[in-house]
Amino acid sequence: MNRYVSIESVGKTFETKKGDFVALAGIDLQIAKGEFVSLIGHSGCGKSTLLNLVAGLIKPTGGTILLAGKHIGGPGTDRGVVFQNHSLLPWLTCFENVHLAVERVFESDRKQRTHAALELVGLSHAEHKYPHEISGGMKQRVGIARALAIEPKVLLLDEPFGALDALTRATLQDELMRIVATTGATVLLVTHDVDEAVLLSDRVVMMTNGPAATIGQVLAVDLPRPRARLALAHDPRFMELRASVLEFLYEKQAQKKLKVA
Amino acid sequence: MGAVALRKGVIPLRTSPPHPAAKMLGERADAAKVRFEASTGYRRTRAPEWLLTVLAPLVGLAVFAGLWALIAKQGGGRIPDPITVWHAAAKIFADPFYSKGPNDQGIGWNVLSSLKRVGIGFGLAALVGIPLGFIVGRFRFASGMAAPIIALLKPVSPLAWLPIGLLLFKAANPAAIYVIFVCSLWPMIVNTAVGVRQIPQDYLNVARVLNLSEWKVFTKILFPAVLPYMITGVRLSIGVAWLVIVAAEMLTGGVGIGFWVWDEWNNLKVEHIIIAIFTIGIVGLLLEQALVLLAKRFSYE
Repeated sequence: MNRYVSIESVGKTFETKKGDFVALAGIDLQIAKGEFVSLIGHSGCGKSTLLNLVAGLIKPTGGTILLAGKHIGGPGTDRGVVFQNHSLLPWLTCFENVHLAVERVFESDRKQRTHAALELVGLSHAEHKYPHEISGGMKQRVGIARALAIEPKVLLLDEPFGALDALTRATLQDELMRIVATTGATVLLVTHDVDEAVLLSDRVVMMTNGPAATIGQVLAVDLPRPRARLALAHDPRFMELRASVLEFLYEKQAQKKLKVA
Repeated sequence: MGAVALRKGVIPLRTSPPHPAAKMLGERADAAKVRFEASTGYRRTRAPEWLLTVLAPLVGLAVFAGLWALIAKQGGGRIPDPITVWHAAAKIFADPFYSKGPNDQGIGWNVLSSLKRVGIGFGLAALVGIPLGFIVGRFRFASGMAAPIIALLKPVSPLAWLPIGLLLFKAANPAAIYVIFVCSLWPMIVNTAVGVRQIPQDYLNVARVLNLSEWKVFTKILFPAVLPYMITGVRLSIGVAWLVIVAAEMLTGGVGIGFWVWDEWNNLKVEHIIIAIFTIGIVGLLLEQALVLLAKRFSYE
């Protein structure tokens, strides 16, 4: 298997006032180039922690993470991160927010690249607006444009649509599918939305509940692309896949939770 | 929160002696104001909005003038009545920029001299206080070092520093500037430091994932994020400085609105003292409003 992103027996222990807290233990995951992988699990299972480890924002206490054969030692522009709450700088226009990322990576054609990234997410008309002048969905599009504009090896999305209403979320999921199809991006998506995970992913990685969370099950989503939301709503294979994720989350993991409690 | 109230363009209460938790105090006062604004405690009236916004202040001023006239009448001429003061003011403001030697200058020159002292003292305080605020906000050790000094010196009336200033500079003018410097310094440091500590982690994470250079982090993230807090510091500082300069000038003499008040007291021209009170009030109000406008310009929500 093509190991573009390789997470090798990674663990993360946080030091807290009440002693050590083992958030993640023994995580092994390989992502192929151009693959779309979702991490799903109950809140607090450490899926965002795993994404932050790949982003380099925190360091693993055990194991290593490789990206295209290179060890990840910290944050870098070979990874594009989209944060849950868009994290746009409010004093910069959409254009300037994206340009800030572009100028860090590219020496030439910075303006064209910025225009192109905003065009890709369908926001050419809002380039000179400030974040407070646009809707939540549009802000998140700018966040995606900023992450894509630096042409990262892998796109890391941390519950990017979690704060949006259902209709906007659906639109942005479709947009993301289109963008990923155009760019051939490698994507790691953290989500707690079962439909989102199944609709978007090539593989859904289901995580057990913490502490010491690990990968419980990996589901290959063998639905052909391009995927159409409406057609899939009645697709038996889609429903089957969806059911197996739900089963994992609400039977296997929910039971474990009760036993602990 | 502070910035929220600023944006509303409310004239802030004078939260006079600023204090290590000036920001917090300010916040509480601002919160109180917001609640006051949104309050439904007023009795419902059918009066149109313009009547309330135009008429009510006019009625207030008329009542004020009436009470003043009454007190003047009872005082038997010791306190001049509003009409006398009005005529005296018309005379003074007809030629505000005359100059007959160092001790007899127009009110315009006096106000400008005071503003100049406040400007210089305040500018120096910003020059020193803002960088110090960044250091105190960014490094815990510096914060720990600064905390007891600021806590100890902040409640001290700025005028207590005046003798030290006279001793150091051996002249009235730099001593007055020095007092303004001292009283403006604390709010600048404290508010800048609070602003630095309030920068959302999200913004810093953006800086980290983009590997921004230190210079870019400062110009694109730290500075703009802290700017509204710095402006709050400036607002508090200017407010206090304008209060203090009058008292300082009364003590040091020279040309200045505070000195002018004292001079007119010696001349027993009470109507001029009243004119000075109004002038000081109006200048203070204008300073405040200018800073509220500035704060609005630099708030991003």
